[in-house]
Amino acid sequence: MSTLEIKDLHVSIDTDQGNVPILRGVTLTINTGETHAIMGPNGSGKSTLASTIAGHPRYKVDSGSITLDGEDVLSMSVDERARAGLFLAMQYPVEVPGVTMTNFLRTAKTALDGEAPSLRHWTKDVKTAMSKLRIDADFAQRNVNEGFSGGEKKRVEILQLELFRPRFAILDETDSGLDVDALKVVSEGVNREHSKGEMGTLLITHYTRILRYIKPDFVHVFIAGRIAEQGGPELADRLEEEGYDRFTAVEA
Amino acid sequence: MAETTHTDTTPDITPDTPLDGGTSALDKKARLGTATIGRASIDGFTEEGERLPGGDDGTEQLGFKKHSHGNAPVIPEASRGERRRSFDLADFPPLTGMEEDWRFTPLKRLRGLHTDELTGPAPAIEVTGAGNVTVKTVGRDDPRLGRGATPEDRVSAAAWNAFSEATVITVPRDTVAEGEVMVSITGRSADPAAQYILIRAERFSRAVVVLDHGGSAALAQNVEIVVEDGAELTVVSVQEWDDDAVHVSSQQARIGRDARYKHVVVSLGGDLVRLTPSSIFSAPGAEVEMYGLYFADAGQHLEQRLLVDHATPNCTSRVTYKGALQGQDAHTVWVGDVLIRKAAEGTDTYETNRNLLLTDGARSDSVPNLEIETGLIEGAGHASATGRFDDEHLFYLMARGIPEKAARRLVVRGFLTEVIQQIRVPALEERLSESVERELAAGNL
Repeated sequence: MSTLEIKDLHVSIDTDQGNVPILRGVTLTINTGETHAIMGPNGSGKSTLASTIAGHPRYKVDSGSITLDGEDVLSMSVDERARAGLFLAMQYPVEVPGVTMTNFLRTAKTALDGEAPSLRHWTKDVKTAMSKLRIDADFAQRNVNEGFSGGEKKRVEILQLELFRPRFAILDETDSGLDVDALKVVSEGVNREHSKGEMGTLLITHYTRILRYIKPDFVHVFIAGRIAEQGGPELADRLEEEGYDRFTAVEA
Repeated sequence: MAETTHTDTTPDITPDTPLDGGTSALDKKARLGTATIGRASIDGFTEEGERLPGGDDGTEQLGFKKHSHGNAPVIPEASRGERRRSFDLADFPPLTGMEEDWRFTPLKRLRGLHTDELTGPAPAIEVTGAGNVTVKTVGRDDPRLGRGATPEDRVSAAAWNAFSEATVITVPRDTVAEGEVMVSITGRSADPAAQYILIRAERFSRAVVVLDHGGSAALAQNVEIVVEDGAELTVVSVQEWDDDAVHVSSQQARIGRDARYKHVVVSLGGDLVRLTPSSIFSAPGAEVEMYGLYFADAGQHLEQRLLVDHATPNCTSRVTYKGALQGQDAHTVWVGDVLIRKAAEGTDTYETNRNLLLTDGARSDSVPNLEIETGLIEGAGHASATGRFDDEHLFYLMARGIPEKAARRLVVRGFLTEVIQQIRVPALEERLSESVERELAAGNL
């Protein structure tokens, strides 16, 4: 069992207008097997948390800590974090022209495992995972995310989740921009991996609809860079009915 | 700044000669450098690198900025088709560097190719492969020389007037060459020299000819290429010169009816390499593909100026050039002139140039020019983009566990492979891939 522990995290970004604080003291602990949903209005800092965990250089950690089984995540480079078992399914996966999916997946898998995957099994694993996510086989020969639709890009993120088998998956608004069918397919992928019992999941979302397919154990409401309220799945139901108004009203 | 990527898919009659002298800010965009991973952050990541892709407009990938049009003062031409063509050196005034077609070239580094008598020894030529292709060394009075190509600039005219013997490579009529024709061209002197090579693909023949340049030289070279009716010819010009070499080469091809011509440039080595490949359609129904790959290191000047002259109906042309730059004062120039003359109805053309700035201090100029004199065409477009290595790519790949160096190589390799794959000579493709790897290693990437 593994634990991802975030303690009193303060994060800011530098802009032309100066330094802007975004996260203002976030504390959160995720264990293997748990699914945590982070919900909140736009601009509340949800995605900042995701990017900070993955190590995106834009975000400056002013204080606080992130540890993975006691190891200091903040001192690791982006690739070291991935190799330590953290996976960020990105909100906006970039296109990487000239690099085929096949080449990319194999290169990443090799880097993550420290050795090249057995060719025979790997090819089969990729094929199977693609078909389960209803990704066309010809995507393997296309360049990473190049010309993929929004929904296709999200499926490819989950494809990587299933192939790379991280210890902790952070899903940054994976549901946004998906139609109902795609949402189901993507959710099934996450559930398949989660059900193996070896992964903790941090699900960041603006809407409650993905929570119909991925059942959270804990729900945290993000307001203005802090967790304003937390509870069980019933909190999501309440948010669906009431929205974020009662929180934002307090803030104002 | 008037920076746009023109994509003229509708046959508007809009002459497009971007000689407006807009400024090139692109060279200032290379900020990532050979940044190394800090502890929790990556040096050199900037706000600019934060631009998240909002949609798929297809024009600004890999962090590419759209093209600009240089900033030097320019002596404009009314039309690319009006440029002087002559065998007489006196028709080309001495160069000042202000000429439209020389404005990017550092004349000081030409080692006298534009001013001196070209009396040095020409690089040695050795031709191997394809026993059914004939190779002859002929005197300058051979009547075949100069029928398919006419000098368009001073250095080319000087080379025409200075060479003493020419190499003529002929793929006989109806002949399919048995393997590639490898023309090894090895420089052996730093004295300004002239060289003339004629490649003739006779009717319905088929061949691949590789001009493989190496060694040290100050060379003014004319390569005349004649692709007769129905012939299918690929010419690959590889520049892997020593660091001090200067090479100015006019590679004009005259394309016959229903012929297919592919020209591939690979420029890696040399101090200054300036190629002017032209494809001139002389009869209907022909197809031309022109590819280029260049990789400039610190201090290198790699320039390519293309012309596709659609003078006859129903011809197709595709131009794809890609360049990578690294190091202080690495400079590349790509100018792509496409001329669709009044008679060239049914023309279908597209040209594209992409440049990838890998470090600070490099400069890439990219100027596509499209002149259209008839509205009755199938399609005409161009795109040009220059950008630095995109920080978001790096983040994406690293977030999947791939270390920074490997991630950079993966992207650059992917970027350039597209052109190498066009050569279709496996041994040469492999060699050039290795050369690109060496370039990457040399740049500490």
